[in-house]
Amino acid sequence: MSIDEKTYGELREIAARYPQARSGLLPMLHLVQSTEGSVTPAGIDACAEVLGLTPAEVSAVATFYTMYKRHRVGDFHVGVCTNTLCAVMGGDAIHQRLTEHLDVGPDEIADKRQGDQYTVSVERVECNAACDYAPVVMVNWEFLDNQTPDGLVRTVEALRAGHPVASTRGPRICTWKQAERVLAGFEDGLADEGPAAGPASLVGLEIARDQGWTPAGAGVGAKGDSDD
Amino acid sequence: MSATLTPVLSATWGDERAWTLDGYRASGGYEALETARAMEPEAVVEMVKGSGLRGRGGAGFPTGMKWGFLPPLEDGKPRYLVVNADESEPGTCKDIPLLMASPHTLIEGVAISSHAIRAQHAFIYLRGEVLHVYRRLLAAAREAREAGLLGDLEITVHAGAGAYICGEETALLDSLEGRRGQPRLRPPFPAVAGLYASPTVINNVESIASVPAIVRHGSDWFADMGTEKSNGVGIFSLSGHVTRPGQYEAELGITLRELLELAGGMRNGRRLKFWTPGGSSTPLFTDEHLDVPLDFESVAAAGSMLGTRALQIFDETVCVVRAVLRWTEFYKHESCGKCTPCREGTYWLAQVLAKLERGEGSASDLDLLLDQCDNILGRSFCALGDGATSPITSSIKYFRQEYLDHLDHGGCPFDPAASTLFAQEATK
Ligand SMILES: Cc1cc2nc3c(=O)[nH]c(=O)nc-3n(C[C@H](O)[C@H](O)[C@H](O)COP(=O)(O)O)c2cc1C
Ligand code: SF4
Ligand code: FES
Repeated sequence: MSIDEKTYGELREIAARYPQARSGLLPMLHLVQSTEGSVTPAGIDACAEVLGLTPAEVSAVATFYTMYKRHRVGDFHVGVCTNTLCAVMGGDAIHQRLTEHLDVGPDEIADKRQGDQYTVSVERVECNAACDYAPVVMVNWEFLDNQTPDGLVRTVEALRAGHPVASTRGPRICTWKQAERVLAGFEDGLADEGPAAGPASLVGLEIARDQGWTPAGAGVGAKGDSDD
Repeated sequence: MSATLTPVLSATWGDERAWTLDGYRASGGYEALETARAMEPEAVVEMVKGSGLRGRGGAGFPTGMKWGFLPPLEDGKPRYLVVNADESEPGTCKDIPLLMASPHTLIEGVAISSHAIRAQHAFIYLRGEVLHVYRRLLAAAREAREAGLLGDLEITVHAGAGAYICGEETALLDSLEGRRGQPRLRPPFPAVAGLYASPTVINNVESIASVPAIVRHGSDWFADMGTEKSNGVGIFSLSGHVTRPGQYEAELGITLRELLELAGGMRNGRRLKFWTPGGSSTPLFTDEHLDVPLDFESVAAAGSMLGTRALQIFDETVCVVRAVLRWTEFYKHESCGKCTPCREGTYWLAQVLAKLERGEGSASDLDLLLDQCDNILGRSFCALGDGATSPITSSIKYFRQEYLDHLDHGGCPFDPAASTLFAQEATK
């Protein structure tokens, strides 16, 4: 497949956001993934052409970062956090249960069965800055907090069947390609979906409000306090 | 109880549509920007110096002093502000909730800080793996621009692509220039030659987000909180085997004992076994350290580092060897490959640890591990290599016998199922 004119235009648009065009390379590669489904040779050539680099230079950058895929992933790409804290809290068990259920390895897409609308794939991810919600699972880089093995299998089956699944702290989970387009810097109008914060983010604030604690001399939290 | 919580940055996280411009303005948002704009830039720098704010990204370098290192303005050489929103140190989970709930706190901080250092273009480098946070940041920057709040300041919100090392400030700059994220030789420091070889200030999200409150309430207000040399408030992130994990914003110097009391204690009344005070790169603490004041000086004096106040709490059901092996595999995976001690060293550390965890090898492997750590610590090109040795040396110091138990037992003597969240809920 070759890169179409619209995509070329958007690649140039990304490069133009920066004082030096090459700074656009990471978001440009995200855009390539959103149209190609992975970082393809055609996508590498297109980035190289727009930036005046060699394909080898672009490729050397692409292979450095784990979010860039050389093989296609599923429409819903599941990242189970198996860094220490999540692993201990159940991430290892969740990862094992899900890969056995789907019968997939690291670079594979689970078989699309009759009736499935969408495909899924699984990888282990490192700490995703949500340890207070452990065990954490990311689907297309949206948070699924406090997961269990059986619960995640049900969620993944719902995704395959095409049912809407909302992130714990975000909107209905979009496809991987749509997510990659946002990561290229193109807004999708979903910023206002989901809550401001999950419950764990608010525990300290709630205790402070219950106790009437505010930083000495500050009116910062006062407004919320008087509302209570 | 002596300790209280002091929500400053987190104060609005529970508000209605806290992430929107309207929501943020309802609690006085962007008033500090007006105040700052009426001040000379140098006066804002002095204010931040006077507050005693120290970098919240791990190293604790005084923020105002860092800004003061910029060389005098030269014709034609722009200055840049770069915000480090890469948050990837295992255990660290404070910047992401801040950005999700109140991205405008950061945007206002960026606008004030850019005014202070006379930067006309600021970049926010966000790790790529948090889609919804990126949406909120893009929207907040757009809203602020459309509302005319930014003047001639340009803010570019940039998504990374998965690499822990890009949190290291010079690797971040290379990555932001569209290259592999590998650390740069210093000097020159970024203040002199940073992004595009121009003078650049790089600060953590929480550091920059603290600036509006300092401008609003004054430097003394901030400086009066915390301890003598570690001023102000900070977000403490409790995770793991505590009853109520989450974000607790408190004055620096609070202890884990006090935080645990607020968090409802250890889950199911189990015993605290080990914890990280500032992420996985900071040497482990045990229940001996419950009363160490969590400020830069006291934690260092007790043999670790305050780091990012990422308190990962593990109870007695957890095998320390398993925990350390997993962190070591992380460092091996994330080593950027630029220098030999770290690239080769993390590989061998993981090999030896894996063998020990399987109950193979011998007691002399512990000395081998310590030897290998010696060859990495202080000899690596950046702090990732140093950090990789922290969990190993500290765990051998406090839990040598547990390593040996693996050899006697022919494998791990612990039941991994016992430490999961679901196992605990089942026994409630
Ligand atoms: C391997 C490594 C990873 C780091 N990751 C981060 C990070 O994710 N966020 C951050 O703010 N600082 C991180 N740092 C620290 C930065 O290099 C730098 O000290 C910090 O961004 C400076 O900001 P501050 O002075 O406001 O703390 C990391 C350092 C190392 C060595
Ligand atoms: S210490 Fe590790 S991460 Fe840092 S430069 Fe060396 S190889 Fe790269
Ligand atoms: S260890 Fe899983 S989110 Fe931090």
